Amino acid sequence: MSPRRPPAAFDVDRLLKDPDIKVIVTCGSGGVGKTTTAAALALRAAEQGRRVVVLTIDPARRLAQSLGLVELDNTPRPVPGIAGGALLAMMLDMKRTFDEVVLANTTADKAEQIFANPFYQSLSASFAGTQEYMAMEKLSQLRSRLIEHGDWDLIVVDTPPSRSALDFLDAPQRLGRFLDGRMIRLLTAPARAGGKAYLKVVGASFSIFSRVLNKILGNDLLANVSAFVASLETMFGGFRERAEQTYELLKAPGTAFVVVASPEPDALREASFFVERLQADAMPLAGVVLNRVRRSEVDLSADRALDAADRLAGLDSPGAELAAAALRVHAETAEAARHDRAMVNRFAAAHPDVPELQVPALPTDVHDLAGLRAIGAALAGG
Amino acid sequence: MPTSPLPRLHVVTGKGGTGKTTVAGALALALAGRQQRVLLIEVEGRQGLAQLFDSAPLPYAETRLTASRGGEVIGLAVDPEAAMLEYLELFYNIKRGGSVLRKMGAIDFVTTIAPGLRDVLLTGKVKEAVTRTGKDGRRAYDSVVLDAPPTGRITAFLQATHEVAGLTKIGPIHRQSTGVIDLLHSERTAVHIVTLLEEMPVQETLDAAAELRAAGYRIGQVVVNRARPELVGAAAPDAAELTAGLAAAGLAGSLAPGLLAEMADYGARQQLQARAAADLAAVGAPLRRLPELPPPVDLGSLFELADALDLDDWQAGGRR
Repeated sequence: MSPRRPPAAFDVDRLLKDPDIKVIVTCGSGGVGKTTTAAALALRAAEQGRRVVVLTIDPARRLAQSLGLVELDNTPRPVPGIAGGALLAMMLDMKRTFDEVVLANTTADKAEQIFANPFYQSLSASFAGTQEYMAMEKLSQLRSRLIEHGDWDLIVVDTPPSRSALDFLDAPQRLGRFLDGRMIRLLTAPARAGGKAYLKVVGASFSIFSRVLNKILGNDLLANVSAFVASLETMFGGFRERAEQTYELLKAPGTAFVVVASPEPDALREASFFVERLQADAMPLAGVVLNRVRRSEVDLSADRALDAADRLAGLDSPGAELAAAALRVHAETAEAARHDRAMVNRFAAAHPDVPELQVPALPTDVHDLAGLRAIGAALAGG
Repeated sequence: MPTSPLPRLHVVTGKGGTGKTTVAGALALALAGRQQRVLLIEVEGRQGLAQLFDSAPLPYAETRLTASRGGEVIGLAVDPEAAMLEYLELFYNIKRGGSVLRKMGAIDFVTTIAPGLRDVLLTGKVKEAVTRTGKDGRRAYDSVVLDAPPTGRITAFLQATHEVAGLTKIGPIHRQSTGVIDLLHSERTAVHIVTLLEEMPVQETLDAAAELRAAGYRIGQVVVNRARPELVGAAAPDAAELTAGLAAAGLAGSLAPGLLAEMADYGARQQLQARAAADLAAVGAPLRRLPELPPPVDLGSLFELADALDLDDWQAGGRR
């Protein structure tokens, strides 16, 4: 049942202690314990003497719960009860972050105009992709404070609970391309010189399309979008460029990705996509955390346990009832362990060069610092 | 017992990893078991339905997944790009422009890059399927089950049409969106939330239920997936007693310490489960418990889950 060769071990403490590592990004699909892993890594690093800020993007406020804080907001807040270094925690508020970006790059008058634009309001508050984009913005803000002021020396970023883990990498550039506005300019001013030349090539479909789109969306929407994009462009020369810069930041030395998965087919598939993408884009993958792996230490197969439990069921001897219950519990446990082992082995076989570690499933949920500390110890192999 | 009609549109959401696709599939089978023709729709581009029903990847076309117990389940993986083209064709009679627009990235622009519109197109397609009638004037589908986005995004997904309706005051998309909004808020639609009996999924379920209700959506059932059986009693197990019992089964007493440790873990989880179940009561919707089945989930186990959903009891109002 064991893999053909042991996978490379993921040494978490070496990662956390490495002073050259400035940014750790945890990613993976929803429901795998990504947020908890981010918090546990940040806490462990802090208690080993680093000054850490942890950014969560999760609207479910899970991180606050685990850190014993009532609520997190857009500003890093110190977590009490940390020995050694320091831990600050915050949660991304995408609207406020977007507002900050606008305010930092334009005059108060112009900012007011932008804030009043209906398209800006819906873009900053509710459009998918904005969250990922603003997570990157916030990361780059935190990073400049690290470099310029030394407010902290390690940033741990949790990623949005996307449909796909890849959204974190792709959404900002998608949004950047959108806001860059070539398509928008074409749509709103098809008669302009650039648009005209392009239109000749693409033919009549486009003008129909653009008419239709205007009809579907209403003229004001495209006008709002257009006004918004124009005012942003004068601010900092195009969103696409900015999104690309933030993306490059993820490739910069000092960044490490930690991919989190649970031993379930969907989660492992997402983890595989992500690992392959990081490798393809030459992004630094520190390792994979296989979370909540169920285990059994009792050397007895589930089938044998169930057989024995059945035999005991009718018996009226001392301990028969208790032993039957214990054996049924073991059958459940052993079956779960077998499933998880098979999943983990399959993943290891597919990615033999990726460092990985397993965190055993805990019988209880994590909701305080002590629980996070225990996860941190398990991550470090203890 | 008084019975009420089942909803026609079932929106199935849940925290990632809780098994909402499996539950959506089981629900579709349960409805098919009542001689219904059921459309099962996925919108997240994952091909989760094909995996669940062990079929080839679904095209953007209604494809029969299974016929059983007098009904049938048709699967549909809605691709936003295709939905956009369909939309243009339907409302504006643009047919051949599709490939050109695609090459230009115009479709990408509208569907992927303005994701609010993506959700509008997806919910629009769902509405079309729910209200579609055949030539004989009868409904194309008795029920539609939607494997919807997860709890974190479900309200925004359902509200997307609202957002756009706010942005466009006139025109066909405004008219169409009114229809979508009406359907999603009507008695014909129920949002079911899938959860596990763990703290975080339960918290998300409570949050999502509150958000959905505040936005005017109806919560149908709360489906507890992978509920583990209660195997451990309240009393602390005694090692000597266990050893004696093991001997009666012809098993070595040396197994006892390991078994006791497993019982303690299992008991702790069981307690958490019980607490989580108690917390879920605050949602104020009927609870369904589905057992944890040995993997892999196949059509056979899906039928088991379909039965465990107990549709009869839904109509009785869950008071059984």
